[in-house]
Amino acid sequence: MTDAGPVELVVNGTRHEVACDPDTPLLYVLRNDLGLVGAKFGCGLGLCGACNVLVDGHPTHSCDTPVWAVAGKQVTTVEGLGGHPLQGTFVEEQALQCGYCTSGMLVTAAALLEREPEVDDDGVRRALDGNLCRCGAHNRIVRAVLGARPCGR
Amino acid sequence: MSSPSLENNPRLDSWLTIEPGGRVLVRSGKVELGQGVLTALAQIVADELDVDLARVAMVAASTDASPDESYTAGSLSVQHSGGALRAVCAQVRALHLAAAAEALRVPAGSLSVADGEFVAPDGRRTSYWELTVPLDADVVPGSTPKGAGDHAVVGRSALRLDVPDKVAGRPRFIHDLQPAGLLHGRVVRPPSRGAVLLSVDESAAQRVPGVVAVVRDGSFLGVVAEREENALRALAALQAGCAWKEQDSLPPEHALADFLVSAPTEETVLSDTDTAAASAARSVRARFARPYLAHASIAPSCGLAVWEGGRLSVWSHSQGIYKLRTAICRLLELAPEDVVVQHVEGAGCYGHNAADDAAYDAVLLAPAVPGRPVRVVWTREDELSWGPLGPAMVVDIAVHLDDAGAVQRWQQDVWSNGHSHRPGPPGAPLLAATHVEAAVPNLPASDPPLQNGGGSGRNAVPLYDLPRQLVRTHRLQTMPLRTSALRALGAHLNVYAIESVVDELAVLAGEDPVGYRLGMLSDERARAVLTAAAERAGWGSDRGPDVGLGVGLARYKNRGAWCAVVAEVEAETSVRVRRLTIAVDVGLVVNPDGVVNQIEGGALQALSWTTKEQVRFDARTVTSRTWEDYPILTFSEVPPVDVVLLDRPAEASLGAGEASIGPTAAAIGNALYAATGLRVRTLPLTSANVVAAMDAG
Repeated sequence: MTDAGPVELVVNGTRHEVACDPDTPLLYVLRNDLGLVGAKFGCGLGLCGACNVLVDGHPTHSCDTPVWAVAGKQVTTVEGLGGHPLQGTFVEEQALQCGYCTSGMLVTAAALLEREPEVDDDGVRRALDGNLCRCGAHNRIVRAVLGARPCGR
Repeated sequence: MSSPSLENNPRLDSWLTIEPGGRVLVRSGKVELGQGVLTALAQIVADELDVDLARVAMVAASTDASPDESYTAGSLSVQHSGGALRAVCAQVRALHLAAAAEALRVPAGSLSVADGEFVAPDGRRTSYWELTVPLDADVVPGSTPKGAGDHAVVGRSALRLDVPDKVAGRPRFIHDLQPAGLLHGRVVRPPSRGAVLLSVDESAAQRVPGVVAVVRDGSFLGVVAEREENALRALAALQAGCAWKEQDSLPPEHALADFLVSAPTEETVLSDTDTAAASAARSVRARFARPYLAHASIAPSCGLAVWEGGRLSVWSHSQGIYKLRTAICRLLELAPEDVVVQHVEGAGCYGHNAADDAAYDAVLLAPAVPGRPVRVVWTREDELSWGPLGPAMVVDIAVHLDDAGAVQRWQQDVWSNGHSHRPGPPGAPLLAATHVEAAVPNLPASDPPLQNGGGSGRNAVPLYDLPRQLVRTHRLQTMPLRTSALRALGAHLNVYAIESVVDELAVLAGEDPVGYRLGMLSDERARAVLTAAAERAGWGSDRGPDVGLGVGLARYKNRGAWCAVVAEVEAETSVRVRRLTIAVDVGLVVNPDGVVNQIEGGALQALSWTTKEQVRFDARTVTSRTWEDYPILTFSEVPPVDVVLLDRPAEASLGAGEASIGPTAAAIGNALYAATGLRVRTLPLTSANVVAAMDAG
């Protein structure tokens, strides 16, 4: 057990100090210390994508990333997407049923569009293969991501 | 529309409150499970009252405030709760219309109503919000809801009320609640079924910072900590400190079908028109099997509880908050008035999952920390292995044909554990209650009676015109793994089996599978969905080598929605579904996009079950405990899904959540045959099962 010293991290552009063990999964710091509950616990093993956040722009499983590992980096959660076009197209396409996987889908897709603004249907599917949806909203999610490209649909 | 919900809760003001500020508060006893039902119910209210949808606020169900509408299950919410709200709102509107006419001194018939305002011909107006009309009366029979042509909000796609919060990451789920003083609980599950906890060394767990309590009662063991990560550390420390007595208790996984047909069972005859012994010229016999299936929701189950001043408050994503309260009160000998169960959304719910069990875990941990709320979140491993499972099943079909090849007699036998083990009855305790010192034994799961849709026998009676039939279920009297309701219940395998055999009969008769079905189908609405799906899919066209089209058809529960599916499958030894085309008739459609979403979601879940899913187990316990051991459908495997709604505005609304499951599974199996010439009768349609069918064939 390491010391519970203050850990520093930057989330959605704001610097925070949290008194916790540096090995604490980032997910629990976000949810329980910072009150940012958008990222969800799904499996704890980095296999479902529900906990995804962006670390320096890269989709990252916050459930198995210790908080010390994001020191000096920029963490972006769904709350920090701030009116991203994806949030509009997800509503237009009604691209969810229960919505538990939605935050992870949104941040993963935001990074994809940043990296590959002209991505096609197959590319969206490949990029989201690590994000599980159990309700069967997949095709709506793909349409919402394609619709949020700078070129639109 | 008659509704048991209304018969049990006739008072108008139990359903809604009209607020002077211009809002309508609606208290349905049905709960949001991710299916969008609260939006559909809000549409019904807005439509009947003639108010804007934005004025309708749906209150989450709670045992201290909402009408008791039993479970949110069986695709019945729009029928039951929607039917009740329609009748209530029709009467509330009529009462207000009369009051408005009196206030404005004009005949009621001269008033127009728009967004809650009653307007007289001379322009004077009043509104629901200004009038004071007492609603402390029972609904009277004969309040007439709107007719087919009068709907303004019903029948149009409405954006779901919960979606804006969910795309912004705002708290909506039980996992997101942050009540003051929240503590984190975790429970150690036994390493195998029936394992007994002999001793536990708590010292390592007690040394974890912020551990507030370790709770042990018999083989139930849990921990409560200030911080979530420390609750998980303490959980691991406790697991390492446990000594268990274990034993083998499960049948061999490779011989599951043999176990099901040889275990002691209770027989129920669902249909017997077998008036005389048949002398068959020819017969077709086949055995179908599916494994246990997991709910596999993306969120593990979660419960929250606090004991305060002798009262217990519980938050749960249960499908039946009143039944959960009954179960808690029975187990802990509490009075119902001392327990409140409040519904909070969880992730997608596809039947009786571990929501109630997680709530009870929290209830058992909370007394150790009076006054402080305890939240229990199950681990992914426990969610996949300890939650109630969809039962493994076997379906045997024997069809006798006459000389001309026409069906003379159909016999169907279904072997399965029961499909209902919901909390409430004494033989269906919550999971932790089977582990405590004064353990309550599990009785084998039961089946709902056929008049409620049946369980193992759901959709076991074919919808075709058959001269003679004998349909029976054989419900297991032993339950090695706990089973309960999973979306569509027995309809998944029953429809798969029936439609596979009908397909085989069409081939024997040298007829087209769609034409053959139409030849023995007098149900007009079934014919309509079948024809619509076939037309839309381009039935009959050649799709090239190793590609086939297959069809599946059913009327859910033989009394709900009609659904036909055409699947396009590419296969040699591995199965790839390239397209699903679906036609559905749910009567009057309340929210068209909501229905499409449910039909599409059901079809994709059925595709996942049918081609990929299988709960794995050894002699002692379930071994498929992560997404690696229990893979589900991924984006790259999801085909285009095309849904055609046959709107029937003059017909009663029917539920959409489960209708596409059986027909989708069947269409995939039949398309696999069309592509390869193989009848694969053991699910899932993995390469291993396809190759086994090839070897057997």
